[in-house]
Amino acid sequence: MNTNDTSRRDFIVTGLLAGATLTGCSSRHNPFDNEANTMIRPSGKMVKLLSVNGEVIEVDEAFLKPVPDLPPVSNTEARIGIPGKKFVMVIDLSRCKSVKACQTACNHAHDLNPGENWIKVYPMQDAEHTAPYWEPTTCMHCDEPPCVKVCPVDATFKREDGIVLIDSDRCIGCRFCMAACPYSTRVFNWEAPQLPKEIAEKPYSCETSVPQKIGTVGKCDFCADMTRKGELPHCVSACPNGVFFFGDMVEDTVTNGAETFRFSDLIRDKAGYRLMEDLGTKPSVYYLPPVNRNFPFENKDDQQEEKKEEIKS
Amino acid sequence: MEILARQKIIRDLLPKKFGWKGKIWVAVLILICMIGIFAYIRQLSSGLIVTSMRDYASWGIYISNFVFFVAISLVGSLITAVLRLTNVHWSTPLTRIAEIIAVSAITFASIIIIVDMGRPDRFYNLFLHGRLQSPIIWDVIVITTYFFISLLLLYFPLLPDFNIMLQAKKEAGNRFNKMYAFLGSFWKNTPKQKKISRRSINILSITIIPVAFAIHTVTSWLFATTYRPGWDSTNFGAYFISGAFLVGAGAVLVAMYVFRRAYELEKYITIDNFDRMGKIVVMLALVYLYFNVNEFLVPAFKMKKTDADHLLGLFTGEYSGVFWFAISTSMFLPILILINRKGRKPFPAFIAGTLVVVGSWFKRYLIVTPTLLHPFLPMHDVPESYRHYFPSWEEWAIAAGSLAGMVLIITIFARIFPIIPIQETIEETEKHEKV
Repeated sequence: MNTNDTSRRDFIVTGLLAGATLTGCSSRHNPFDNEANTMIRPSGKMVKLLSVNGEVIEVDEAFLKPVPDLPPVSNTEARIGIPGKKFVMVIDLSRCKSVKACQTACNHAHDLNPGENWIKVYPMQDAEHTAPYWEPTTCMHCDEPPCVKVCPVDATFKREDGIVLIDSDRCIGCRFCMAACPYSTRVFNWEAPQLPKEIAEKPYSCETSVPQKIGTVGKCDFCADMTRKGELPHCVSACPNGVFFFGDMVEDTVTNGAETFRFSDLIRDKAGYRLMEDLGTKPSVYYLPPVNRNFPFENKDDQQEEKKEEIKS
Repeated sequence: MEILARQKIIRDLLPKKFGWKGKIWVAVLILICMIGIFAYIRQLSSGLIVTSMRDYASWGIYISNFVFFVAISLVGSLITAVLRLTNVHWSTPLTRIAEIIAVSAITFASIIIIVDMGRPDRFYNLFLHGRLQSPIIWDVIVITTYFFISLLLLYFPLLPDFNIMLQAKKEAGNRFNKMYAFLGSFWKNTPKQKKISRRSINILSITIIPVAFAIHTVTSWLFATTYRPGWDSTNFGAYFISGAFLVGAGAVLVAMYVFRRAYELEKYITIDNFDRMGKIVVMLALVYLYFNVNEFLVPAFKMKKTDADHLLGLFTGEYSGVFWFAISTSMFLPILILINRKGRKPFPAFIAGTLVVVGSWFKRYLIVTPTLLHPFLPMHDVPESYRHYFPSWEEWAIAAGSLAGMVLIITIFARIFPIIPIQETIEETEKHEKV
């Protein structure tokens, strides 16, 4: 056993060194450029690293190879999801004043065409004498997703970790899922997305949902690429008022970056609920009611319209 | 005496060359098709952005046209199968008209659904990655089945007619003889062949009935399996089927009149045929009316919040004009016309049939679009153009092109093949004379 371990470690270290020799690190040269290969000289400065089997090893700094990003996960992995997780979102309506930083961050992160929004912030008023409030919606990532049920080609799918994603390389653009979704969450690429060349040419990844493709459906993906890295979705970190909480139901924790709550406590104490519970879609997005609000409800759209009317009259 | 009658029937029913009217008719149809193809090329190059469909109205007249085609194709099973199995003999001259309407309509139903796809280049994914749980896959399966059964029901009764046409080479001209020989030269009119043919037609007539019900029920399920107000209805299958039989029967009335005039078939498509077909249309319109009452008045009695916006939009709101036009032209007016004996004369019956067909097309539009524009959550955070739907010229051109294409297939079919079954007509006459 012992010898085996050593040889495996040796293999890793040699592999690392070999890799480093192939593509060295130099301040003057692009390390990914082949020309940089011959330039490596040990700097004498040693860096401590943790090897795969938990031992501390030392490597000369010059041999370290910068890794661009983790390689994108394969389509099969992206379809399975992250084992042992069940992602959940909590949206606190008492904190929302329709700043729409979530929407901007989301549109930017996913390179959406102007006018397309995966996150919508609705001015809601259920009846004449009930209180108006802002209701941001993402994809609900339902546990009984109507969209997945109707997709004829398995282009939209439900993962083990609860996330519903779209494979834009497979979608045939029939738009049945859009008709099936009661939350109007899905957005269609009616025209070719206006993307910079380097983004448009990237291979599509179900987890980043980038690049969007003409004639296919897109929607909120809970930023599956960010959650794989252990980071928060863009809308959560962008919101200045901490409206969005994101977390894992198995760990029973949700956080908006600044505050962290036990998910079950938060839902119990603040009487959390889900949208259109009667449809039986079992969403993964919970809402906290708009009580004890941080901001009064002001609909700027309405006010502008009123002003226009005043000017007219 | 008998031989003379037989030869006269053959001479009357052999396909005829187009006159100048026929040529103009075909030219106009081809022109409309070409405009449609041009519009589709535009759509292929720039994407569905050339349509007026947007995220809320994500289905438009392509889908309503699809429903219309599937509906009208059901008449094949009604006339050829239901009436044949119930031993009704007056419908014999109409069987081929009904069957070619069915075949051409179902062909264009499949074409228009591909036109609606955002990525028609990935059509093969339906076979590579098809999932049985999706109603779209059910539709693909039953429509393909229906197409082939209809094609066979068109082909088998044609076999004896090929024989007759080949024998009458001189009258028919040599143009299509090779085709007749290729399609039917194995037919020797032996008693054994006749027996096989009769049995096959019987088996097909029985199988096509459940398949016909399946195609339109599944088409209704494309809507009814969603949650949306106006679609979320257990009534939808029966509602669609009854409407489909109505529009198909209306189309047969129209086709009967046109063929009778164009090919001088007064002796074969008789006043009696119009009278009986007219009665059938009245009955079907009443059945459809019954399902409409169920579909609209029951939810209107309750006026649930989500239904209310949709229903008021139809009854008194922005769609009320189209709604009442469609209801009256597809049901009220045809019933009023055809319920009178005088109304069942060829010309008024033709008018009633036209009203049914036109009204039914708009009815399909009303089934698809208003529902999509009444989502559960209000329409918000979208450009202004997303809130309304009126088809773009490309959509109109493609829809018109597909309708013209369907009529063109029927026209060309009638040019090449006898539109009234010759052999069956001869047999019917002989039987009649013996009696």
